[in-house]
Amino acid sequence: MIELLPLLLQGTWITIKVTLLGSLVAIACALLAALGRISPIAPLRWLAIVYIEVFRGSSLLVQLFWLYFVLPMPPFNIQLSAFAVAVIGLGLNIGAYGAEVLRGAIRAVPRGQAEACHALNLSPMTRFGRIILPQALLAAIPPGTNLLIELLKNTSLVSLITLSDLAFRARQLNQATLMTLEIFGLALLIYFVLAQLINLGMRLLERRLARGRMRGGLS
Amino acid sequence: MTTLSTHTATPADTPQDAPMVAFRGVTKRYGELTVLDHLDLQVAEGEKVAIIGPSGSGKSTLLRVLMTLETIDDGVIEVDGQPLTHMPDANGSLVPASARYQRGVRGMVGMVFQSFNLFPHMTVRQNVTEAPIRVLGLRKAEARQRAEELLAMVGLEDKLEHYPAQLSGGQQQRVAIARALAMRPKVMLFDEVTSALDPELCGEVLNVIRRLGDAHNLTMLMVTHQMGFAREFADRVCFFNEGQIHEQGTPDELFGNPQRERTQAFLSAVNEAH
Ligand SMILES: Nc1ncnc2c1ncn2[C@@H]1O[C@H](COP(=O)(O)OP(=O)(O)OP(=O)(O)O)[C@@H](O)[C@H]1O
Ligand SMILES: [Mg+2]
Repeated sequence: MIELLPLLLQGTWITIKVTLLGSLVAIACALLAALGRISPIAPLRWLAIVYIEVFRGSSLLVQLFWLYFVLPMPPFNIQLSAFAVAVIGLGLNIGAYGAEVLRGAIRAVPRGQAEACHALNLSPMTRFGRIILPQALLAAIPPGTNLLIELLKNTSLVSLITLSDLAFRARQLNQATLMTLEIFGLALLIYFVLAQLINLGMRLLERRLARGRMRGGLS
Repeated sequence: MTTLSTHTATPADTPQDAPMVAFRGVTKRYGELTVLDHLDLQVAEGEKVAIIGPSGSGKSTLLRVLMTLETIDDGVIEVDGQPLTHMPDANGSLVPASARYQRGVRGMVGMVFQSFNLFPHMTVRQNVTEAPIRVLGLRKAEARQRAEELLAMVGLEDKLEHYPAQLSGGQQQRVAIARALAMRPKVMLFDEVTSALDPELCGEVLNVIRRLGDAHNLTMLMVTHQMGFAREFADRVCFFNEGQIHEQGTPDELFGNPQRERTQAFLSAVNEAH
């Protein structure tokens, strides 16, 4: 049993890295695409819509295959490591869902906030960055938490582009040792703990953003 | 055209004083609905004008177009002699105002809303210093000092580090007044600022407005349902009906001796309700 752990932990470490970096990519994509989606500039809006619909509307696995197997071929000739593909692919995919969540949250900020900004003559940049976005982010945290946990679970697909993540190591060890119950039990537990860590982190963030506000039962 | 039924000797009528706010033939439509109908209104510097009238008559719209929260379909609005929606181009003819020009003129106007609209994620102090720092370019220390003075004026110097959710409605509205004043506007707009408050909290907000009227040479336009306050505070009362000023005069004239039928009907309906 003990001798299984190092390999499983190596896989876990890959899973953690892909999840963390993928989350960052996802948040950046969500933010950019949400901004594009509400932009007054039509081509930016179209670009955002195409991105969102393509990545929401097709299989994540096929997206990963595209990035890993198709992009290196002509006419693209873009060669990425399996790790980079995992981070970018998972990030782009969840970012597309996140963009819609964020857009909803931005629209849900009461109109009076934008009107107060207008009356105070705040610039559009300040209005968005200092007043609207902080409020929208807070509202987007609960659905955002779900998406990040989704991203964590999606990392189990990256073994199909040759990364040795937690799920891959579990399957590998199972074949070698046939300690099926122990290995998959442990893998289940590790995923669960990681999901709880995401939960905890997001709750702390929510608490921080919600300081002074009576919202969602906090503070 | 607008009917100016009772014309009284308000400062606006003395020709040497250019009006601080002027509406000339202003029309605002929402689709088929004409909300402001060739409205003419001049307000002198320092004048306090109360606007009363039935629901849906366009009172809020009047303030909102002056704050440039809404566009107008026809006419001209001037603030301190500068047109709000148009600007003179190189040849001196008027062209639609650029965003930058409009921000400049808009800076002379401040507004307080019925629903306060404080920034919930910022403390009282941040609410008041945000715009002076970002828009006027004040240094943090200057902005803080200004905020502290204004918050002392509205009686909230002990709430600087509180968040809006930790304040009563009346306190929140006083913060909103301080926040608007921190931009040093020449004209302040109040749209039913006590309507969302319990009666016992109205008084503290009205007191602040009263003090403001005494201490500053601020031009004020306020939409209100509080006839008592309008009567005591305003230099002039405008009765609004169907997008026009149906009748106007000093409080004594308008409340004591309304000339037109609609005005009389409205005032007696309001009196009965109280
Ligand atoms: N954004 C809008 N779109 C369409 N119609 C509008 C809009 N805003 C206001 N209106 C209409 O314009 C008319 C005037 O509205 P306004 O808010 O100025 O009235 P008001 O005199 O302030 O009324 P109240 O005393 O109820 O606040 C109303 O009939 C209202 O329904
Ligand atoms: Mg109104």
